[in-house]
Amino acid sequence: MAEQERARRSSDRTDGKTDRDEIETTVAAEEIGERIDDLLDEIDTVLEENAEEFVKNYVQKGGQ
Amino acid sequence: MALRKVIGTETEFGITVLRQAGFNPVVASSLVVSSYAGDHSRIQWSFDEESPGRDLRGVGVIGSPRINIETDVVNTVLTNGARFYVDHAHPEYSSPECADPRSAALYDKAGERVMADAVEAAQQMLGPDERMVVHKNNTDGKGNSYGAHENYLIARSIPFDVIVRHLTAFFVTRQIFTGSGKIGSENGRPPVDYQITQRADFFEAEVGLETTLKRPIINTRDEPHADPARYRRLHVIIGDANRSEVQTFLKLGTTALVLDAIEDGAFFDPIELVDPVREVWSVSHDPTLGYAMETTDRGRLTALEIQWHYLGAVRRYARSVGVGPVWEQVLDEWEQILVDLDKDPLTTADRLDWTAKLRILEGYRRRDGLTWSDPKLRLLDLQYHDVDPQRGLYQRLVDRGAIRRLFNDEQVESAVAEAPEDTRAFFRGACVRRYPKALVAANWDSLVFDVGEETLKRVPMMEPLKGTRRHVAELLGASPTAATMIRALGGNDG
Repeated sequence: MAEQERARRSSDRTDGKTDRDEIETTVAAEEIGERIDDLLDEIDTVLEENAEEFVKNYVQKGGQ
Repeated sequence: MALRKVIGTETEFGITVLRQAGFNPVVASSLVVSSYAGDHSRIQWSFDEESPGRDLRGVGVIGSPRINIETDVVNTVLTNGARFYVDHAHPEYSSPECADPRSAALYDKAGERVMADAVEAAQQMLGPDERMVVHKNNTDGKGNSYGAHENYLIARSIPFDVIVRHLTAFFVTRQIFTGSGKIGSENGRPPVDYQITQRADFFEAEVGLETTLKRPIINTRDEPHADPARYRRLHVIIGDANRSEVQTFLKLGTTALVLDAIEDGAFFDPIELVDPVREVWSVSHDPTLGYAMETTDRGRLTALEIQWHYLGAVRRYARSVGVGPVWEQVLDEWEQILVDLDKDPLTTADRLDWTAKLRILEGYRRRDGLTWSDPKLRLLDLQYHDVDPQRGLYQRLVDRGAIRRLFNDEQVESAVAEAPEDTRAFFRGACVRRYPKALVAANWDSLVFDVGEETLKRVPMMEPLKGTRRHVAELLGASPTAATMIRALGGNDG
């Protein structure tokens, strides 16, 4: 069954529509990649100060 | 034709107060819930009709805790029909009943907004150095997990073993698009750098009633909060709390469609796994998605291959019965997420929490040369889930346009204040707004009013798709007080 689905998916890819969608997604992913260093700089400004202490003290009991 | 899937989510949030001597999570949870300044009614949650020990398979397993354990803890019902309260040591938001997955994803997001506003208000009550931090996540990374549960109304007539047989492989493999990501492993599982879900490590049984110990892939709690002769409520505990709107929509929408197909007998030949519990961990522990699990009669299949199988079967089913545009959107998002996960999981970082988080973590590892055990990475892992709109990393990604949304801020604000119009949540929310003094207790399937007479008046709501705007707007419009409303209904004694 899974093989059938893969086959169906492959045949979809020849109709052009899915190809184009995939290219657009890939371009978007590359743009996101280029902005990552910017993003990390921004995160640096909001990150909690003492990582070790924050992580050590974070205990959550009594959940489902 | 399958029953219309009424859907709701329940989220327990992680809570801490920085620099507070003697921090107590129960006290902090009570503070944050009672500080919420939005429209709500602080009333008793009536447990009369609830019996958490009732089992979905039709046999009682443990005694029903009839004691009213929550009388002394904070409980509120919001004008959007949600319940916002303290559940043991966590603040919890239970969304109103929603008639489709898009609405359910919106009201789940509204819960984050309610929580963020409540934290801001609670902060005013704290000392100058203290700061409350609330996370929409599912684990502290030290072996303590808390839930993000999904609820689906399904037909009582479907044998439970049929549900189990068709749903188990789906739940094991949907993790690839329902996970919120986590560094490391817990609960005695094999070590791993990064895994797809927060919850997988805590699952230890295939089917069962538990939610806090020996958690099962399929939970059998039978508490329909509706007419038990017609309905079950499938209580799903094997999911992560998601920040991404698209992801919540996918999680709820795909599951509801699979349930529809099961109800309509559209699946004939289920994929069955040799060891489903082990595969829950194995799928989660492999962010490359290459792992193939052993099936009973199809050899080894990857999670993606099994998901393609479900998508194909559900697409054929949807074509045969005809589904509305929301469901078409579920199918399209589902297909695209599988295509993209297959190509490169990181291409889904604009839709899935686990890949969005992984992208940040990989960025820090590269830039700062950090190892997976570095506390800074652990902190990033936590802070992704912070509901604070400034500090929460999810929100920073959204603000930069790096994560796709389904809703705009106005829609979320509106969902904080107004209940869905197409379920009984409309009646509940309207009563909280219109008759806050007379409404003394609420429950999913009833409201109790004190209208100054000898007995309290209970209004049962056993049909989740009644009590909608269409059903009750006229009644409410003609009833300036709860007493007139009760008289118009022909008021049963409570």
